[in-house]
Amino acid sequence: MTDPIGIEIRNLYKIFGANPQAHVAAVRAGMTKAELQARHGHVLGLSDINIQIAPGSIQVIMGLSGSGKSTLIRHINRLIEPTAGEIVIEGRNVVGMSKDELREFRRHRTAMVFQKFGLLPHRTVLDNAAYGLEVQGMAEAERYRTAMRWIERVGLSGFEKSYPSQLSGGMQQRVGLARALANDAPILLMDEAYSALDPLIRYDMQTVLLDLQQEVRKTIVFITHDLDEALRIGDRIALLRDGSVIQQGTAQDIVLRPADDYVANFVQHVDRGKVLKVGAVMLAQHGFDALPEASIATDASIAEALQQMAANRLQALRVQDPQGQTIGVIPFQDAINAYTGSKGEGAE
Amino acid sequence: MTSWLTSFPQLSDSLLRALQRSIDNGFRSFTRSYGDLIEGFFSPLQTLLIWFERLLLGTPWPVILLVVAGLAWGASRSLRVVIGSVLTLVLIGLFGMWADTMKTISMVLAATLLSIAIGLPLGVLMARSARVQRVVSPILDIMQTMPSFVYLIPVVMLLGIGRVPGLIAVVIYALPPMIRLTNLGIRQVDPEVLEATDAFGSSAWQKLVKAQLPLALPTIMAGINQTIMMALAMVVIASMIGVQGLGQPVLRAISNQYFTLGLFNGFAIVGIAILFDRISQAWGKRLQKHREASHD
Repeated sequence: MTDPIGIEIRNLYKIFGANPQAHVAAVRAGMTKAELQARHGHVLGLSDINIQIAPGSIQVIMGLSGSGKSTLIRHINRLIEPTAGEIVIEGRNVVGMSKDELREFRRHRTAMVFQKFGLLPHRTVLDNAAYGLEVQGMAEAERYRTAMRWIERVGLSGFEKSYPSQLSGGMQQRVGLARALANDAPILLMDEAYSALDPLIRYDMQTVLLDLQQEVRKTIVFITHDLDEALRIGDRIALLRDGSVIQQGTAQDIVLRPADDYVANFVQHVDRGKVLKVGAVMLAQHGFDALPEASIATDASIAEALQQMAANRLQALRVQDPQGQTIGVIPFQDAINAYTGSKGEGAE
Repeated sequence: MTSWLTSFPQLSDSLLRALQRSIDNGFRSFTRSYGDLIEGFFSPLQTLLIWFERLLLGTPWPVILLVVAGLAWGASRSLRVVIGSVLTLVLIGLFGMWADTMKTISMVLAATLLSIAIGLPLGVLMARSARVQRVVSPILDIMQTMPSFVYLIPVVMLLGIGRVPGLIAVVIYALPPMIRLTNLGIRQVDPEVLEATDAFGSSAWQKLVKAQLPLALPTIMAGINQTIMMALAMVVIASMIGVQGLGQPVLRAISNQYFTLGLFNGFAIVGIAILFDRISQAWGKRLQKHREASHD
């Protein structure tokens, strides 16, 4: 198993059109997408993207269609050439790689899962899952053994001789996932991997991914337009709009402190009780004379805290970190305020 | 006064004659100086053709029937196709056209192999580069619309009369669908599948062999099928420049008004055309068995 590696995206720009280089300076100086389109007929795909992705974390990039999220993920393995900027992985700039270097990089450092699966229809599940290894030049017996292990791991045992067209969408995406994981690359790129699946299967596949991540610890870049999905699986989330990052942070940051009205609008329908953690809402303990008896874990949800307080008629709970140390207090009113999203001063 | 409107203003007769004569002379001297060289260049074709003919004529007819039955079964897994193919050949044999048919089949096989060998790489090149497509497309248009008698003339001037010029004429006629359909098949491969092969670091060759060609195969097979059919259609015309086989008796029947002779040989050509068509199509279909069990 390879060690996780981080990704650093620096000042990335993508302009679509006949002569993109000519307009980078203007865009850097502040020309908007609409202006660029109207005056020069070029489309601003991505504008000054800066994202640091920690090794072994799940970075969600979220936005509506047309926001540039699929364009952005394709820059990480350079399926799309940037107009300007850098992508630094293991100290090397992906943008500067030669053709051969890039091919080696794609073979061993990244694996990708696609919205429409991208499976080879003339190949069996087994041969699809083994594709990345085959391209690397691994011997047949060995690549089949590895591929079989991942086919079993994603729950497709018994289907290895089937063709993709014989499988449902959810099963096809499991093949896509097995193919990506079999590669054993430290970076996993998932381009709206679950968007084509129906909600139950999508939830199921999210669970598969989270479970797998516990074992394999990859650096995952996950594109989605579904906020619930983003909040569930993302260690960090970057919100994209019109090719620019408008906010990035943890799920808590985005729900509690939306950067602007657009984000606020986005998050207003979220089930805050489930998304928000006690640790993000609690107050410092030194403000209290007597600490409450009952306690709750810092990563429990607000909904759980409220349930516990309501059931036992408590006014506050002590918040404990995983080592059992008390690190704060969550009063009932603060929990309610966080849950409803009202900014009222809870504990006067 | 109106004569300049009714008769098109053309170049003067003497100028036209001089033009024709100079082109003719130019080509004739080209033939004289390079004819041997070109003949030498094409002589492997002669070997290939003779080898095919000897193979088909030298093999005992029951073996040929068995091989055809085996091919038909292997390609189609259908008893109907097998019986139909064998029956066609038996009837051809009974009516005394066995040897001519074998000669024709060997010519068609050689022409098809040659067309695939030239057409497949050219089609791939065309699919990979817009520039090659811009150059090759009009050439294919000319090859397909130019009456075949016209390009028989330079071929005969260069190579004389016989099997090889016949083969070249047949290939010129039968090659375009092979190139066009290979090009089309590769261009129609789902770009998302190709993006996935790129993302996993496939080289251009891996992409071609592992994704583009197999996915284009049904279309390429249609191209091979078309090429076989067109090669068969050229058999009679090629017989005018000395290609042996079923075309020769037809040619004799035309000049002597032997209705029945023409009819029999015509039916023999139709018979082997259907035979080739059914076998190659059934094979093409079996190659894409992954499409049959579609999930819905």
